[in-house]
Amino acid sequence: MQRLPAWIRGHLAALRALLVLTVLLGAAYPLVVTGAAQAVFNDKANGSLIEKDGRAVGSALIGQRFTDAEGIPVGKYFQSRPSAAGDGYDPTSTSASNLGPEDVVDTLPASGEEGRQSLLTQVCARSKAAGELEGVSGGRPYCTGDGVGAVLKVFPAVGTPTRVVSVNQACPAVPFVAAYQGVGVECGKPGEDYAAGRTVPVRGNATAVLPADAVTASGSGLDPHISLAYAELQAPRVARERGLALPRVRELIGEHTTGRALGFMGEPAVNVLELNLALDGTIG
Amino acid sequence: MGTATAGALFVASLILALALVHRPLGDHMYRVYTTTRHLAAERLIYRLLGVNADAEQRWSAYARGVLAFSVVSILFLYGLQRLQDKLFLSLGMDPVPDHVAWNTAVSFVTNTNWQAYSGESTMGHLTQMAGLAVQNFVSAAVGMAVAMALVRGFARNRTDNLGNFWVDLVRGTVRILLPIAFVGALVLVAGGLVQNFAAPQEIATLTGGAQSVTGGPVASQEVIKELGTNGGGFYNVNSAHPFENATSWTNWFEIFLILVLPFSLPRTFGRMVGQKRQGNAVLAVMAVLALASVTLTNVFELTGNATVPQAVGAAMEGKEVRFGVANSATFGAATTLTSTGAVDSFHDSYTPLGGMMVMFNMMLGEVAPGGVGAGLYGMLVLAVITVFVAGLMVGRTPEYLGKRIGAREIKLASLYFLVTPILVLTGTALAMGNADGLAGMLNTGPHGFSEVLYAFTSASNNNGSAFGGLTVNTPWYDTALGLCMALGRFLPIIFVLALAGSLARQAPVPESAGTLPTHRPQFVGMVVGVTLILIALTFLPALALGPLAEGLS
Repeated sequence: MQRLPAWIRGHLAALRALLVLTVLLGAAYPLVVTGAAQAVFNDKANGSLIEKDGRAVGSALIGQRFTDAEGIPVGKYFQSRPSAAGDGYDPTSTSASNLGPEDVVDTLPASGEEGRQSLLTQVCARSKAAGELEGVSGGRPYCTGDGVGAVLKVFPAVGTPTRVVSVNQACPAVPFVAAYQGVGVECGKPGEDYAAGRTVPVRGNATAVLPADAVTASGSGLDPHISLAYAELQAPRVARERGLALPRVRELIGEHTTGRALGFMGEPAVNVLELNLALDGTIG
Repeated sequence: MGTATAGALFVASLILALALVHRPLGDHMYRVYTTTRHLAAERLIYRLLGVNADAEQRWSAYARGVLAFSVVSILFLYGLQRLQDKLFLSLGMDPVPDHVAWNTAVSFVTNTNWQAYSGESTMGHLTQMAGLAVQNFVSAAVGMAVAMALVRGFARNRTDNLGNFWVDLVRGTVRILLPIAFVGALVLVAGGLVQNFAAPQEIATLTGGAQSVTGGPVASQEVIKELGTNGGGFYNVNSAHPFENATSWTNWFEIFLILVLPFSLPRTFGRMVGQKRQGNAVLAVMAVLALASVTLTNVFELTGNATVPQAVGAAMEGKEVRFGVANSATFGAATTLTSTGAVDSFHDSYTPLGGMMVMFNMMLGEVAPGGVGAGLYGMLVLAVITVFVAGLMVGRTPEYLGKRIGAREIKLASLYFLVTPILVLTGTALAMGNADGLAGMLNTGPHGFSEVLYAFTSASNNNGSAFGGLTVNTPWYDTALGLCMALGRFLPIIFVLALAGSLARQAPVPESAGTLPTHRPQFVGMVVGVTLILIALTFLPALALGPLAEGLS
């Protein structure tokens, strides 16, 4: 050992240190923590699974889609938030959308080419669809009536406008405004490149009825919760579909709402899976 | 209670908890790194290592220890990922591709924990717990060890001895990180984090769909990921995943874990140099910068000033309902003020100015309070630069803690400071000038540029968080960012240890009437000012092309 060159001895000590610490920190530590966790918090350590009729139907912490095989919302269930995890709520492919706050211009689908919806258009489309489902207005600021982002491209980018295009509304759609600064607004032609124009999102005068969480994807794509406002908004539909009295549904919402921890941590949240399970167990 | 009030109370309660804990914990760490007694278990470890625990090292030997341990760790972690399909607990995962394995090995050894992979579809349980989680512990212990060597440089006189790297490594792991991690892991399981060795479990949902509920030793890894300011998530979505961060209070606890060691180390420093007030001054600089940053990030996110958040009504894209906007912003600030890089919400979807704040936090060099150890030595280097700047103004030879800051010292401090800006700006420029770099952007325009700037800032500062839209699991990004992480970690460590060696050799300079007091509010203000000015001068042009252009248009 002492006859080896110093630099090799140094690396041998390093290798030994790594191996010893790997046994301690990479094997003993997680095994002991697992043993203790399984003994004391068995249910939680195994994923807070919820059973119905002796069969696991999900985890209290992991959101689910409440849609049928075609992806259409099932009316008798409260709906979760939009999700960017795989095809929605896929724990093997968790993800957020990662789209930026000024992502407002779509690429319209052209012949043979798939389009790309901007984050703004996704928000507007979700708002419109959810509004139709709940029978309320799906309108919101910066959205057109047909559920895309209300965004103009103005040419030239600097100076007096000579041409204005509503870029997210594919022809033959009728643009959400007829004219901008005296120039007639065109609909967007798929395949045409509007990148050179100045981007002007138009706020409009709509006010949003649907709350923020109803139209945005969560960070995990597995958000098990919705806001109290979104639950309240869905309550009439669920009550109608199930033939339940609205106050009874509201009562169940209250029972499955977690307030802020200690009164100030986080935001109040309604657990959608638990709420829906409770509804399934309630006889009208 | 309104959202803003609750968010402010959330921050206030964190401050209170840190104020209560930083003294006893700082004192404990002081004893750990100064005592001459070894625990029986430690003596056994030293025997297995074949090192003489009572022999002290000069700075070059100490640095060789750090580098040897890191090189061996990178090779081991690379091998473990490439061979995971041949070992047990692989869950049937394939070997990790070579460029991703290199990037991940460097990433976890350098305390960056940048993730070019998606945990649940790439890494088996064995790779996670015996590879990645081990580095979560030891890379943090290495950071603390280097910081202690620098502090000994200030505290000792006329000596070449800076301590023993192996002893500092083992003690930091066994006496500081491991006990806190064990208790913290159980607290997190109580909150709902999973801790098992199960493969994904197929279940049928209420509407008849299929869902795989994943398992794994998550809590044991989560706790050290935050405590060691590492940040590499068990799952792709990191601390936004309900199994990594189940409730609003686990979110609070994880932020606390992120901040507790970096905010306690100034106390350890004060004790070791024999002047607690010097530690308080360093703590004050960290606290001022951190509080300003947390406040601004909260304000920008709650105001939601950008088209999509205005359309939505709140900056909720990429955020979880149980955390809400304010607490997510606080987590985002905490994770980038330290070298953690864990996320509970997605920075790519933050408002332009909120996204700029998390980037700016990293550009500060992660000193407020910074990574475990790395934050303290980074802040001490800034203090050295500050006394130098102050010395220039009044025409005196600068001193700090009774040590003369001469040509050699200021050269080393300047080199330390220059490493990360060079890596960040060169790396970003190369990416923007090359097709492979441009291809990775998800968003277009200034936001796409921000994604690239963020990536190089994060890698070079060993943070590890991302504007997640950027596609980084390509050979070009894996190689470039891997180099940034390695150089951004080890070059500064070498400069710091050289500085420590040079300081320890000096005889103390007696305090005189002309000595700049370095424990008063005046000095705290100067360090804050020097830090902000240096960073602004370095990064403002790059920020103007990205988040500022986006936020002001």
